[in-house]
Amino acid sequence: MTTSAHFHRQVHGFEPAGGVRVHISGIDVVRDAAGTFRVLEDNVRVPSGVSYVLENRRAMAKGLPEAFGQQLIRPVEEYPRRLLSALRKTAPAGVDDPTVVVLTPGVFNSAYFEHTLLAGLMGVELVEGRDLICRGNRVYMRTTAGEQRVDVIYKRIDDDFLDPLQFRSDSMLGCPGLVNAARAGGVTIANAVGNGVADDKLVYSYVPDLIRYYLSEEPIIANVDTFRLEEKEAREYTLDNLAELVVKPVDGSGGKGLVIGPDASTDELDALRQRIIADPRGWIAQPVLQLSTVPTLGGDKFGPRHVDLRPFAVNDGDDVWVLPGGLTRVALKEGSLIVNSSQGGGSKDTWVLADSPQMPVETVPRQSVTVRERVSVWPVESNWRDRQSEQQQ
Amino acid sequence: MLSRIAESLFWIGRYVERADGTARILDVHLERLNHLPMEERKSVAQELLAVMGAKPQSEDFGLPELLHALAYDKTSATSIAGSLGAARENARRARETVSSGLWESLNTTYYGLSQHRKDVVGTYRFCNWTLERTAMVSGLADTTVSHDDSWLFLVLGRSLERADMTARMLSTRDVLSAGMSWVNMLRCAGAYESFLRTRRAAFGDQHAAEFLLLDRLFPRSIVYALRDADECLAKLDPSAQRVGFINDARRIVGQARTFLEFHRTDDLMSELPEHMERVQKAVSQASDAISRKYFNQADELAWVGEVS
Repeated sequence: MTTSAHFHRQVHGFEPAGGVRVHISGIDVVRDAAGTFRVLEDNVRVPSGVSYVLENRRAMAKGLPEAFGQQLIRPVEEYPRRLLSALRKTAPAGVDDPTVVVLTPGVFNSAYFEHTLLAGLMGVELVEGRDLICRGNRVYMRTTAGEQRVDVIYKRIDDDFLDPLQFRSDSMLGCPGLVNAARAGGVTIANAVGNGVADDKLVYSYVPDLIRYYLSEEPIIANVDTFRLEEKEAREYTLDNLAELVVKPVDGSGGKGLVIGPDASTDELDALRQRIIADPRGWIAQPVLQLSTVPTLGGDKFGPRHVDLRPFAVNDGDDVWVLPGGLTRVALKEGSLIVNSSQGGGSKDTWVLADSPQMPVETVPRQSVTVRERVSVWPVESNWRDRQSEQQQ
Repeated sequence: MLSRIAESLFWIGRYVERADGTARILDVHLERLNHLPMEERKSVAQELLAVMGAKPQSEDFGLPELLHALAYDKTSATSIAGSLGAARENARRARETVSSGLWESLNTTYYGLSQHRKDVVGTYRFCNWTLERTAMVSGLADTTVSHDDSWLFLVLGRSLERADMTARMLSTRDVLSAGMSWVNMLRCAGAYESFLRTRRAAFGDQHAAEFLLLDRLFPRSIVYALRDADECLAKLDPSAQRVGFINDARRIVGQARTFLEFHRTDDLMSELPEHMERVQKAVSQASDAISRKYFNQADELAWVGEVS
């Protein structure tokens, strides 16, 4: 744990409001050659892609209305409401009507569209770091009516850039003082700072054991077999069989730094070997999974393409709600196993069918939201006459 | 609402109106300019540019350079393309606040910018296209955005810029040695028919100037635009006190408007340039005052990290 690159001593002993550290998760699931579902990796820092789920569904509903008429497909549009509800429930204690904001790094971030979509659908402000000020362990945003208290921040920037007092001091994207304010209970940051430890791929390999130890349960979905390269036997096996394995850096995301043995050249494998020997903690190895495929239109004909699935789950402290749908990512290039959108992957609408002809009626916990109902009215004077009427008189 | 968003909306209003006003001015003047002898064309082009608040970048500044500077230069906030690009950039930063209709019309406009021929004929079409696009943007802003503070900031920017653009339009009259005819000035503002209906056929230069400056019913007149701006400011900050105004922007806008409104109209023509200068100065001061009051960049924290 402590040797993870994302281990942040700054949040040691931190007790988040409502006990929630993971408000939103997007865990990647794949199906292997035997048809077994397996967890590929955990995403509990800033899971992204839910905007594709919402937009794909809108596009499909318009483009294939017949398909929606013939079967009962569970709707995904509830997501923003569920998310807002969970964020509000995990506000700091003593706040009756919490103000929620989405914190974005700005328009140049590749997920900016998702940030605007979620803020818009939740009806909350989309703020940048420069809109926020911390004072007395409280967080405020600058508005035209002065400073307004912020109670819950849905953080869409990396921990490293969040607070120049605690992390990268050259970051202009965050706001100094946020981490202290969260520690003091003045603001809730979702997902909690420090979650990167759980995303570390070496920690991932221990998750089934964690489940058995803390919950006394067997994991429902198994992991992909993973070699821990600090263990001598596993390392030797890996180094001898590099050409048959996938090797991943423990703290990478977006498919960065990943080497697929069968596709790599001898030079690449040699370079990889040196890097593993130099830093065995930094890498894990897994067998090459033949991900399942779905028919995909490539050019003018259908063909099989590899996919994985990212279901989204929202945790409000009492309950975990899983979005009935998800982000199916597809490697558009024939034979490719890389589904990441940053590397040419696409996405597909994903349906969860309702069993009974009766659509399940889900009750979203409605909370009272203060709506500004008063409007300012200024009497517009009209006590002058124009010349036309003057002349006529 | 967030100060940063309010600022973006204010500038969407300003930039869209600037593109609209510039297209109107360019459209009318292009016709005249194209008839002038070569040498005069150059000096007039440079003076026209100066009225629009920019400096020629080279000695050899003629008609093609003018077209570039006022229509197609994407890097300049004076040109139509630059203004529309900046409006779209501001909308992008406020995308969760503006309606998707408004955003999409600005975005579509931005991508349509480069699809025009850049010669004289193409520029006429470009100006007309710009007027259609800005009318669409304004219409969508009025019909798809709640008329709350966000819309008020947009209209505030639009009204101030409109007063400024009409003032510049009137200032361009002196650029041509022969003087631009008042019929053309009225056409420029889209005011010709309204003016004729108001005045019937009997009119002189004096009346045309009055109409564009002081008419209380024509939306592009300076007095009308400044009154609109004042109304927005009043709605944004409805606290009225017994004496005077503590809101700097309201004071500046109000002074500029009443100075024109209560001026003897007989003297207007002879003092036109000074009046127009005063209006432009008031708009820029009001814009600064609004910035200080609502967008508070002044007390923005500067975080200086250690250099590692």
